[in-house]
Amino acid sequence: MNPRRKKRLLAVTGIVALIAISVSLMLYSLNQNIDLFYTPSEIINGKDGRLPVPGQRLRVGGMVVEGSVEHDQKELAVTFNLVDVGPVVKIIYKGLLPDLFREGQGIVATGKLLDANTIMADEVLAKHDEEYMPPELAEAMKGIRHEKPKQIYDAEGRN
Amino acid sequence: MIAELGQLSLILAMMASMCLGFYPIVGAIRGEPRLLIMAKPMAFAMFAFTLLAYMALTHAFVTDDFTIKYVANHSNSLLPVYYKYTAVWGGHEGSFLLWMLMLSGWTCAVAIFSRGVPLIMVARVLGVLGAIALGFYLFLILASNPFESLLPYFPVDGRDLNPLLQDIGMIIHPPMLYMGYVGFSVAFAFAIAALMAGRLDSTWARWARPWALAAWGFLTLGITLGSWWAYYELGWGGWWFWDPVENASFMPWLAGTALIHSLAVTEKRKVFKAWTVLLAISAFSLSLLGTFLVRSGIIVSVHSFASDPERGLFILGLLVLVIGCSLALFAMRSSMLKSNSRYQLVSREMMLIGNNVFLTAATIVVLLGTLLPLVHKELGLGSISVGEPFFNQMFTWLIVPFVVLLAMGPMSRWKRQAIGDLKSQLLWAVLLGLVMTALLLTSFERFSMLAVLGTFLVFVIVLTTIQEILLRTNQQINWRNLRKLSRSHWGMVLGHLGFAVTLLGITLTSNFSEEREVRLNIGDSVELQNYQFTFKQVRHIEGPNYSADGGVVTVIRNGEFVTELLAEKRFYPVQRNVMTEAGIDSNLLRDLFVALGDEFTDGSWGLRVYVKPFVLWIWLGAAIMALGALLSIMDKRYRLVCVSKATQAKNIENRQIAGTGADFG
Repeated sequence: MNPRRKKRLLAVTGIVALIAISVSLMLYSLNQNIDLFYTPSEIINGKDGRLPVPGQRLRVGGMVVEGSVEHDQKELAVTFNLVDVGPVVKIIYKGLLPDLFREGQGIVATGKLLDANTIMADEVLAKHDEEYMPPELAEAMKGIRHEKPKQIYDAEGRN
Repeated sequence: MIAELGQLSLILAMMASMCLGFYPIVGAIRGEPRLLIMAKPMAFAMFAFTLLAYMALTHAFVTDDFTIKYVANHSNSLLPVYYKYTAVWGGHEGSFLLWMLMLSGWTCAVAIFSRGVPLIMVARVLGVLGAIALGFYLFLILASNPFESLLPYFPVDGRDLNPLLQDIGMIIHPPMLYMGYVGFSVAFAFAIAALMAGRLDSTWARWARPWALAAWGFLTLGITLGSWWAYYELGWGGWWFWDPVENASFMPWLAGTALIHSLAVTEKRKVFKAWTVLLAISAFSLSLLGTFLVRSGIIVSVHSFASDPERGLFILGLLVLVIGCSLALFAMRSSMLKSNSRYQLVSREMMLIGNNVFLTAATIVVLLGTLLPLVHKELGLGSISVGEPFFNQMFTWLIVPFVVLLAMGPMSRWKRQAIGDLKSQLLWAVLLGLVMTALLLTSFERFSMLAVLGTFLVFVIVLTTIQEILLRTNQQINWRNLRKLSRSHWGMVLGHLGFAVTLLGITLTSNFSEEREVRLNIGDSVELQNYQFTFKQVRHIEGPNYSADGGVVTVIRNGEFVTELLAEKRFYPVQRNVMTEAGIDSNLLRDLFVALGDEFTDGSWGLRVYVKPFVLWIWLGAAIMALGALLSIMDKRYRLVCVSKATQAKNIENRQIAGTGADFG
């Protein structure tokens, strides 16, 4: 091989290797940081036939059940129930709730699953919009959009 | 009456854009000067009618004309009058009208400030801009008309402006951001015009450079203001959330940064032609993509204010059309894009291409992180979200090689750089940088490896920039030598130093901030980094269109009174919205931040208390970068070069700012 071609080959191999490394690093990093989205009923009944495992990081979106928000007596910690169309899950959050957090409104919480129906949230988001419902939730609740979560809750019995 | 006038002038503006997008381009193809001459008057007409429409809408806001649906939804008679002016862009329709005002404004500016450019070229550029504008005018009039009437039944009072938008930051942030977004359309139009002409020499790069720099400067300011606003207005004390809306503005910025560097190489060395054209196309496409993402609401975001899926589809169509046409044209003409200069492996060309590679990689990372949730969902794989750690991790990796190139680039020569010289200079910067990092970081109590890395990179940038100035002034820094350096050179220096300042702010804030959320009774106090925050009282405040609880917190450090902060929790009755207005005491070394949370049944309150060192530097650095862009645009030397090149142009005596930006030499 003449030196010029050799040099070119070297450069091309170098670039290809660099791209391969960076793509794999990126995918690795991405894999570590993807949070799957669940609705409360998917957490209890499983999503595509699979239950989330305790300890798993996830995002959960639902409506805050009216009357379920309980503040701790001394600490900032707060617990509340979240519902979509079926069973409820319990969220524990140690921090200040966002301004637009209200009972009966849609929120999205990101955190870790503690046991089958409890989530330790490290972030709770409510949108800057009165009529906000997370799109994922709106989709899951298709057709029953106008039903208030309180009614569902009562129909379910206080489980 | 005035509203109907606005509607009418909007339609007239659309017709002007139709003519502008058609006749000059046909004229350029057929070589008919009569059609070419139409370009400038049409550009002026388009701007004038858009301005008229905009003024009509403003008039409707100021006079509380609630017969207009848009006004009724975004204003209220109690709204302070200065917010009535800004409420014009508080929602989707109005902000799109502002967007169009900007686009026609840029078009008008091209028509005015391009007298050194041959008429046929100006006609092509204006034609492309007119065609883009036509798409958006159609969108505005058909799908999101701001003048839609509620007659005969209209409300007595309006629904008020979203309280989050009732703020000084929001008054200037959207116009700046839009100036940047839309500004890239000019660089795009120049690239497309050059492709049409089939003349891809370095001239088009020289013409496009000041426009790209201006757009980039505005975008920098716009993003900065948005980040600053989120910091003090959202009440979380964060300045960047990797939220889709933020990413949407960050992607064109990254591509634009690559573009202004690549344009410099194309202009000076006549290489990277195809790459530069591609970057100009991508910067504008990413602006459109950003608009689409924000408008369509297909991506969950915490702060987008004007979204509607149906309308998103229209923008998506426009986006596909723009990208498709420009790439097809690019493919047809790319055989002409041959570079004929040679350069070695260690040369400034290579450093700049490296810079472009990393900026592109960063753009792809952001694009991937933003779009992946969408793709995932469309493929039926379920909803996911990509968290902040992904972006932070990727950018930590990318920034190291990027800064190394940034340090070496300005000092290197074109074509070929002796490695030995570079090594000895870098060695100095590295050693001195390490010492300075150690000195700075000893003033903080904690140790963090990332802080060491970040601070070290900052000092390397600063030191190599100083070395570069020394190099250009033959080691003699005096007033005369410094004055010899061109303005565009100073533009580059400021751009790089501004980046260093921002980087320092980011590093120190992310690593040494102390944040605590506490529950306090009146009289309780909490201590962070020697600052003692005492919760004194909560008092009631009545604002013009809100009522608020104001938490008073005094800060004492080492027994000395520092400041008293007022953290408000406001309630806006019209929209039934609660909003946090944080109390912030800010200086160059640290920010003290207090936000009021909820009141608990026992009378105690939740409070967010933060001490954030050097957070102001993040925005200060960005302002310095924008200043650098401004200096580059004003470069005198380039104006003269342009004049001699433009002798073939007809009216030499009328030339204006045809000159251009950052001289990297």
